[in-house]
Amino acid sequence: MLRPDLAAIAEMIPPGASVLDVGCGDGELLEHLAATKNVDGRGVELSQQNVNAAVARGLSVIQGDADTDLAEYPSQVFDVVILSQTIQATRNPKSVLGHLLRIGRRTAVSLPNFGHWRVRLGLLARGRMPRTETLAYDWYDTPNIHLCTIADFVGLATLCGATIERALALTRQGATRPMHPQSWGPNLLAEGAIFLLRPGD
Amino acid sequence: MSDPIFLRPLTAPDADRGQAVEFGTDRTLALDSGRTLAPWRLAYMTYGTLNAARSNAVLVCHALTGDQFVASAHPVTGKPGWWETMVGPGKSIDTDRFFVICANVIGGCMGSSGPAETDPATGEPYGLSFPLITVRDMVRAQAALLDELGIEKLLCITGGSMGGMQTLQWAASYPDRVVSAMPIACAARHSAQNIAFHEVGRQAIMADPEWCGGNYQREGTQPSKGLAVARMAAHITYLSEAALQRKFGRNLQNRNGVSFAFAPDFQVESYLHHQGMTFVDRFDANSYLYITRAMDYFDLAADHGGVVAEAFRGSRTRFCIISFTSDWLFPTVENKRVAHALNAAGATVSFVEINTDRGHDAFLLDEPEMFATVRGFLNSVASSQGVS
Repeated sequence: MLRPDLAAIAEMIPPGASVLDVGCGDGELLEHLAATKNVDGRGVELSQQNVNAAVARGLSVIQGDADTDLAEYPSQVFDVVILSQTIQATRNPKSVLGHLLRIGRRTAVSLPNFGHWRVRLGLLARGRMPRTETLAYDWYDTPNIHLCTIADFVGLATLCGATIERALALTRQGATRPMHPQSWGPNLLAEGAIFLLRPGD
Repeated sequence: MSDPIFLRPLTAPDADRGQAVEFGTDRTLALDSGRTLAPWRLAYMTYGTLNAARSNAVLVCHALTGDQFVASAHPVTGKPGWWETMVGPGKSIDTDRFFVICANVIGGCMGSSGPAETDPATGEPYGLSFPLITVRDMVRAQAALLDELGIEKLLCITGGSMGGMQTLQWAASYPDRVVSAMPIACAARHSAQNIAFHEVGRQAIMADPEWCGGNYQREGTQPSKGLAVARMAAHITYLSEAALQRKFGRNLQNRNGVSFAFAPDFQVESYLHHQGMTFVDRFDANSYLYITRAMDYFDLAADHGGVVAEAFRGSRTRFCIISFTSDWLFPTVENKRVAHALNAAGATVSFVEINTDRGHDAFLLDEPEMFATVRGFLNSVASSQGVS
């Protein structure tokens, strides 16, 4: 079973597309896309163990850091660039998103929503940095150094000149439903979100 | 096809000596220097069986001091093949599935044409009259061998160090003949530091009075001391500081205290002496000059307008690049530069860095992560090509 946000992203990818998965982990999504959609997939992944596992699965994956290595990629060479549950762990999310929009004709991003009511309530009621099922780290050892809310991400996408083609809210049960990126409801109620962006005109 | 001729006495005369192809004066080898070689000879070994579709051939390229004896006993030294950890029945490069070929490079000294061989024009050893060769010349010679063997396409080409350079050159020179390429611990060019170390080795050889201006065969001498020093200096660059420290530290060799003299006190000295001494028994000093020079001249970008990516523009070859964390001779950053260039060219590329403290030589050693990577990559390439 593919993780719900990955399944939602996979559904957005046209068959036969060329795809770059940034932060591809051990290649779960790429393998799925190759098997079900005949996708020409590449991956970038920080962890050496994950890269080795992905290459041993027969995938084309490069060990690298989204923060530094995306500059090496030529412009507009992939149909879709994917960034799943990774943007919050980058040092410079704005630069990373800018490169993704440059490299891909479409960019699919999934992220956890730090505006979810449990997170808000956790901070308000307990006065401590929130820990949830999706964000199960203590503040001092979390890799998620740039967490944001859905509204924050929509703001960044606008700042980067991106057009939001599709926006999906992800529920706690793993269901996805279309949302209006500007509406306050999903920003309070959704566990996460998935966006399909294209570079500005 | 003929029996290869080796210039050194054999300690393992029963070992498989492989074959050699003689290319006549009608098969001139045109060299980058502008000179030509004819007739010429290439000695090689094969392992496994070529399938009916001729689609399971894997070319292994050897490093500076390697040779064609990848996965079987070396007839001169009697030692196991240099990559038996990687190549053989059931190994990552599985000779039960793949037809593995490895040729001694042109300029080498294990049966292929090189400076120690006899110049048919004079009946004397070539010595320094042998033309300078390049990595691209080595690759041209191998392509001629594959033509001779009736192999149009390579399922995979791989090698470490200079073998990796040949792998990259193959993919650049003959993109349509290379389904996949796995360059290991190499670079798209020799760095200033690489050239500097090689020059130390060459000067050590040429400073040996027994080198005799390269005519030692005719003079009946052997520049063994110079060649041994060259090997000792080079060997340090193949290991990491951490590995040397772990292996030897400041341990003394068969003594309780330092001797206040210059005989080897430390184990690391004895080790290097041993490396130097055993090397001269199997390697030709002039060959060492020629092959180090070939590596120095290697610069893929220079042949393509200064841009490595241009060497691979439009390539449909699948690449898998492997580097090692503690390799300071061909560090990860150089390997990664190649990966980035391939990316920029739109080629399909994987890049894996193996965590090890064993330095450049790690590619020859027992590194399970490397074996798993190679096995996975080859499996995937084989299944995409319908090779069982």
